Amino acid sequence: MADIAVTDTSLARTRITSLRRFGRSDARFRALTFLAALLVVAIFIGIMVALLRGAWPALSAFGWGFLTSTTWNPVTEKFGALPAIYGTLITSALAMIVAVPVGIGIAIFLTELCPRPLKRPIGIAIELLAGIPSIIYGIWGLFIFAPWFQQNLQPWLIDRLAGVPVLQDLFAGPPYGIGIFTAALILSIMVLPFITAVTRDVFETVPSALKESAYSLGCTKWEVLWHVILPFARTGIVGGAMLALGRALGETMAVTFVIGNATRIDSSLFAPGTTISAAIANEFTEAVGPLYTSSLIALGLILFVITFIVLAAAQLQLYILERRAGGRA
Amino acid sequence: MNRSRYFRRRAVNYLLLSLSVCATVFGLGWLLLILGALVRDGVAGITPALFSQMTPPPGSNGGLANAIVGSLLMSALAVLVGTPIGIFAGTYLAEYGRHGWTAFVVRFVNDILLSAPSIIVGLFIYEILVLQMGHFSGWAGAAALAAIVIPVVVRTTENMLLLIPNSLREAAAALGTPRSLVIRTVTWRAARAGIVTGVLLAVARISGETAPLLFTALNNQFWSTNLNAPVASLPVVIFQFAMSPYDDWHRLAWAGALLITFAVLALSIFARTLETRRS
Repeated sequence: MADIAVTDTSLARTRITSLRRFGRSDARFRALTFLAALLVVAIFIGIMVALLRGAWPALSAFGWGFLTSTTWNPVTEKFGALPAIYGTLITSALAMIVAVPVGIGIAIFLTELCPRPLKRPIGIAIELLAGIPSIIYGIWGLFIFAPWFQQNLQPWLIDRLAGVPVLQDLFAGPPYGIGIFTAALILSIMVLPFITAVTRDVFETVPSALKESAYSLGCTKWEVLWHVILPFARTGIVGGAMLALGRALGETMAVTFVIGNATRIDSSLFAPGTTISAAIANEFTEAVGPLYTSSLIALGLILFVITFIVLAAAQLQLYILERRAGGRA
Repeated sequence: MNRSRYFRRRAVNYLLLSLSVCATVFGLGWLLLILGALVRDGVAGITPALFSQMTPPPGSNGGLANAIVGSLLMSALAVLVGTPIGIFAGTYLAEYGRHGWTAFVVRFVNDILLSAPSIIVGLFIYEILVLQMGHFSGWAGAAALAAIVIPVVVRTTENMLLLIPNSLREAAAALGTPRSLVIRTVTWRAARAGIVTGVLLAVARISGETAPLLFTALNNQFWSTNLNAPVASLPVVIFQFAMSPYDDWHRLAWAGALLITFAVLALSIFARTLETRRS
């Protein structure tokens, strides 16, 4: 408790000035980090404002009809977003139908079945699928997958399914190779690692006491998975799937290569179509006239709003999960 | 006792578990197919000319030198700008904000930006830079890439700083170290490997990005390091060449694709080993 008297006044002065200097540099550093954090928010708000401003001419010209119109005619300058919205939603939905079960299956394999020495290499290999740039998926889909699909699988499927109600309409038409179906399949491969990564992480948080007690009752591995692990991990899986959906909705280059770029809505999944991002990527630099450009930016705005909703919901799920994990620890 | 029931349960077990093996084979199969095709069709194009000659008009020989340099230039600039901003913002989240509502908002927005479509970032930069300047430019391309780098670096920086035990910070503070000095000399240093990993992952992410460059940096057929003019980049050239009907352009596109993929995969594997060596 003894107070050390500072007898030398010059020493005291240096101490005070250096403390003040530290205080100032502390405040400056904190302000700097705060500004950087604000910049992140500013980018987000900037995107919103820029898209709204750019989309305004189109939105005021077409009103709500922009969302429901199926015409996309640069010559007469009549634009509607429905075919692109439809293409975006259908390709992503199809991709999720394939990617969610397969992604969960891989996570099951990695956490429950895989021999220990193979765990890391296989895990990394699956994550590499997320590392391959999307343009590579595009070029591979266009030059390798689409021709093979067109010559081998597609005609066979169309033949076999002719006459089956509903399916004959979904898988109809001339085999182009490219189209909605091909785009969706490639999307599903691209988002697979996101689902696997999140699912695997939540699988590993399942307390082993829960699993062991189920095993001790005589459950098979599958029954433990189905009745114990999956219910426990549901929130995380939903969060991961939504994150993947957000990615699929906005994926651009891979889809642009293989979707065929036809602004129309066809009942067949083998028909070419378009998505919001593919339309922007293909037409933006060639768009002439302010209304054309503005319509494309309006498409971008719609895409941003859709992905925002999906990603925010994903955040919410993962936030709930984190709080639950935090509460238990 | 109830043999048929046991049998059924076991059969279901085997069936569904083998389905999960199939899922893994399915996933790995695509990876092998894609990498295999890249090597098969791209390896012939990896020649010295690829790195020394300019992108050719259709029908003549050439390389991708201008595109490679353009990509390197814009990526380097984007990382140079994006990394400090990302590290500072991540530091705010982990060290100062933590539980405050500002940090909550920043974190939420950052995670949205992390997964937001990159083509939207392109549109944004087009609106605020390209329209204002009146022309496409390398600066705009670099800005678009920087906007993609920032959220990646913010996320990893925050995660890595949160892993540093509080006792380290407390020990430094107990010695009388001011807060900013604690961060700079103790926590940043302890989290260095992790932060570097984040930056490497960001580099890997932007080196394959095409969509945000399409209408910011555009493309350029000639040698140009002038960032105030359109600049060629590897992904955009691949896009243009692959969509063309010319065979020699296709060959170059495949060679470029092989180049990018292996650069990106090598980077991410390197980043991952860095990460595991630390833990």
